[in-house]
Amino acid sequence: MDNIQFLIYLLIMAGSTYLIRAVPFAAVKKKINNTFIRSFLYYIPYTVLTAMTFPAALYATNSMISAAIGLAVAIGIAIWKKDLTIVAVAACVTVFVSEYVIGLL
Amino acid sequence: MKIKNSFLRGLKSGIPIGLGYLSVSFTFGIMAISLGFAWWQAVLISMTTVTSAGQLSGITIMVNPGQYIEMLISQLTINIRYSFMAVSLSQKADGKFKGIFRWLLGFFITDEIFAVAVNEENVTRSFFSGLAVIPYLGWTLGTLAGALLGNILPDSVMSALCIAIYGMFVAIIAPKATKEKPLLAVVAVALALSCMFYYLPLLKDISSGISISVCAVAAAIIGALIFPKKEEA
Repeated sequence: MDNIQFLIYLLIMAGSTYLIRAVPFAAVKKKINNTFIRSFLYYIPYTVLTAMTFPAALYATNSMISAAIGLAVAIGIAIWKKDLTIVAVAACVTVFVSEYVIGLL
Repeated sequence: MKIKNSFLRGLKSGIPIGLGYLSVSFTFGIMAISLGFAWWQAVLISMTTVTSAGQLSGITIMVNPGQYIEMLISQLTINIRYSFMAVSLSQKADGKFKGIFRWLLGFFITDEIFAVAVNEENVTRSFFSGLAVIPYLGWTLGTLAGALLGNILPDSVMSALCIAIYGMFVAIIAPKATKEKPLLAVVAVALALSCMFYYLPLLKDISSGISISVCAVAAAIIGALIFPKKEEA
């Protein structure tokens, strides 16, 4: 692919992604009082993350079993101790160990 | 002092995101190279776009010549969720976080940065700038490493790293959802819809970026209709 074409594509991709983020962020200056919109905005981050995690996370590792165990451990630790780093590291270690154990079976 | 503390607190909050991004962008780097991109092109894409789903779909379009409209449409549908997040974040930004700062820092609104920022009572410029640093470095360096090193990490380590980002998502959702029943119900609806789009015939052919947006918006609308949030005092 030649560089000109690459740069045009890059401009479209990066430009549209930037504007879709920055324009609403800069444009909405007032507090929104509409209850429906406020509620929608309250729920949207959690629904986005849920839709991104399930069921895709089950297929992110080498085995569905290790992913399921990793997620379960992550949920448990998250409820018990909220720190993001600890949860993320614990999930990785769990997946690593459970795949090692599965390999031994 | 207050500004410095809040920047440092943001910096620290960004560490898990950065770690998660390292593994995700590593995979992106490998994929870009396998599609025929040069390493600097892969890195440039990551540095200017900073979005996983959008970039993945973007490079598969880029390999064909002249599909500019397709590119625009795919980016808009996959990334429209950022607009919702931006509006949501605008409600939490403090008084000084306005004007040029919104235009500059708005660039860094990703799913994960947003999710951490929105957990704050008030989002300050300094906290948000600190928060963006390590994820951005992780995203850039991970892409570079993936593009240059390819499959140098053992498969078992790669596999384990891939769960990091999801562990982080869970850590954001679970504590709040177990405390608030309505949120738990809304999250359950999103989960059910997402599984439908993943497994059911016809629905599963829809690209993941679009189906995530559809599921998330539908569940949030249902939540807003059935469990409206009372005005905060």
